[in-house]
Amino acid sequence: MRQPCEMPKDVGEREPLRRAARWRAAEWGFWSLPVIAYFVFPDNLVLLSQIAITGLFCLSLDLILGYAGIVSLGHVAFFGVGAYAAGLLASHGHGEPFTGLAVAAVSAAALGYITSFLVLRGADLTRLMVTLGVAMMLYELANKLTDITGGVDGLSGIDVHPVLGYFAFDLYGKTAYWYCLAVLFVLFVLARRLVHSPFGLSLRGIRLNVGRMPALGTPVNRRLSAIYTIGALYAGVAGALLAQTTQFVAVDSLGFSRSAELLLMLVLGGSGTLYGALVGTSVFMVARYLLSNLNAQYWQFWLGLLLVLIVLFARDGIMGGLRRLMRLLRRNE
Amino acid sequence: MTIFFDGIASGMLLFLISVGLSVTLGLMNFVNLAHGAFAMLGGYICVTLTQHAGIPFLASLPLVLVGVGLVGVVLERLLYRRLYGATHLDQVLFSIGLLLMSIAGAHFVFGDEQQPLELPNYLQGQFNLPGLDVGIYRLFLIILGAAIALGLELLVRRTRFGAQLRASVDNPRAARGLGIDVNRVFTLTFALGSALAGLGGALGVEMLGLDPGFPLKYIVYFLIVVAVGGSGSIKGSLLASVVLGVADVAGKYYLPEFGAFVIYAVMVSMLIFRPQGLLGRAAAL
Repeated sequence: MRQPCEMPKDVGEREPLRRAARWRAAEWGFWSLPVIAYFVFPDNLVLLSQIAITGLFCLSLDLILGYAGIVSLGHVAFFGVGAYAAGLLASHGHGEPFTGLAVAAVSAAALGYITSFLVLRGADLTRLMVTLGVAMMLYELANKLTDITGGVDGLSGIDVHPVLGYFAFDLYGKTAYWYCLAVLFVLFVLARRLVHSPFGLSLRGIRLNVGRMPALGTPVNRRLSAIYTIGALYAGVAGALLAQTTQFVAVDSLGFSRSAELLLMLVLGGSGTLYGALVGTSVFMVARYLLSNLNAQYWQFWLGLLLVLIVLFARDGIMGGLRRLMRLLRRNE
Repeated sequence: MTIFFDGIASGMLLFLISVGLSVTLGLMNFVNLAHGAFAMLGGYICVTLTQHAGIPFLASLPLVLVGVGLVGVVLERLLYRRLYGATHLDQVLFSIGLLLMSIAGAHFVFGDEQQPLELPNYLQGQFNLPGLDVGIYRLFLIILGAAIALGLELLVRRTRFGAQLRASVDNPRAARGLGIDVNRVFTLTFALGSALAGLGGALGVEMLGLDPGFPLKYIVYFLIVVAVGGSGSIKGSLLASVVLGVADVAGKYYLPEFGAFVIYAVMVSMLIFRPQGLLGRAAAL
C-alpha cells in the first residue's frame, strides 16, 4: 500500500497506528516477569518452558482467531507438523536448533498456505470442519506411519546440538528456558509490529465487517490467506521448540484435546490482544500444575465449567477484566 | 455386498444420532458440539433401564426419547437460549465446556468401563440371502432410520409446526410479528433434536459401545454428517450418513492400515467441492 505523497510525514494517516504501537511501561513490567520467575522458581524451569512454548502456540491462534476471526478447531495440525519436522531433522543427525526451527517454520507455513485455500472456501461451520478434518487426517497419518514417526510410541532419539554451538541443553532446563523465552520474545515483538501495521488493521476490519472491506480495496482472501500462513508458521515454531526441548514428539501433539485446550487458554486470557494469549496460557498451565494432584476427571469437569462461565459472563477474558479495572481506577482519580 | 449392507446400516446409525444435530445445528443454526453428550445420556438411560430395571429393550426406547428430551428442554431454557444470538465461536466454546462436564459426570456416575447391553433374542442373529448376510439388528436400524427420516421430512415440510419452525429460523422478528411463539418453537425443536440424539445413542450402544469418552470419540462423525449433508437438510444428512457409513466400513475393510483416515479424506474433499454441503441451501446472509 502506497501512501498519498502529499501527506505530511508525522501527522499522516499512520499516526494513530504509531501511537498505539508504542511500548508502554506495563509491557516492560510484563516481560520482566519471566526473568524474575527464573530466579524465584529455579526448580520449575520445565514448567516455565512449557508455558513459554504453549504461550507462543496460543499467540499463533490469537493471530488468526483474535485478529482475523478465522475459527479453527485444528490449529494443532501446524504445531504437530512443526514438532515432527524439527524432531525428524534432529533425529537424523541435523541437530542444530535454529536450522530445526527454520525447517519447522517453513514446513508448517507451507501446509498453512495450502490449507488456507480450503479454509477460505466456506463459512464458519465449514471452516471448523475443514480445520478439524485436516488435523485429524494428520493425526491418523502420524499414528499409522510408524516407520517414520514412531506411531503411538512417539518419536524419540532426538539429539539437539548446543544453541549457537555453546549453550548445551542441560538436565535442569536452564538453556531450554532461555532458548524458548528468547524465541517467544522475538516472535512476540514481530507479531506486535504486525498487528499494529496497516496489515493488522485490515485484518481487524475483515473480522468486524467482511462485506465492507473489499469496498475499501482490501483483498480479503489474500489477507486471510497470509495471516493463516503466518499463524501456521508460529504454531510450527512452537511445535519445534517442544520437540527440541523435550527431545520427544508424542502423537498426541496432533490431538483434538490440545486444540480445545488452546481455545480455552485464549478465551481465558482474552482474544485479540496478544497479551491475552500469554496471560491465559500462564494462568491455565499454572492452575493445571497446582491442581494436577486432583483426579484428571475432576480437572476436566472444572475446565468445562470454566469455559461455560467464561462464555456466559466474561467473554473478554482476563485482559478485558483488567481493562475494565483500569478504567474504573482512572475514573476515581 | 455384505460390506455395502453393513455400510448402509452403520450409516443409518450415524444418521439416527446426527439427525438431531442436523435439527439443532442445521435448522436452528447453533453449533452444538455437546450433541454427543445427549446421545451418551440416551445410551446410559437405555442401559440402566434394560439391565437394572428389567424393562424390555424396545419399551425402553420411548422412555429414552422422553427422558433426554426433557433434559434438552431444561438445558435449553437455562443455558442454550442465552447463546442463540452469539457468535459461532462462543457456541463452540460453550458446548465444548458442556461436553467436558458431561464426560466427567459420566465418569463419576458410571465409571469408565464399557457398558454392556443385551439385545432381545428377536433382534439378534442374521439370515442369509445369496451373496448377502443380513444382520437382523442392522436391518432394524435401516428400517427405523428410514422411517424417522421420512417422519422428520414430513414434519418440517408439511406440518404447521414445520412451517413455524422454518419461519422462526429464517426471520425471528417477522415470525414474532405474525404471532408465532418463537421461544416455544425453539425449545420444542431443541428438545426434539436432543431426544433424537438420545434415541440414536441408545440404539448405538450395540455397535459403537458406550463409555464416558463417547461424546468426544464420535463428535467428529456427527459434525461431518451435518457439514457434508448441508445444514438444515434432512435428506442431505441421510445421504451423507449413508455415503460416510459405506466409505468408513469399506475403508476399514479394504485399507485397514489407514484406519479413520479415509473418512476424513472423504469429508474434506466433499467440503472442497461443495462447501454448502451436498444438498445445502446457499448461505443466507
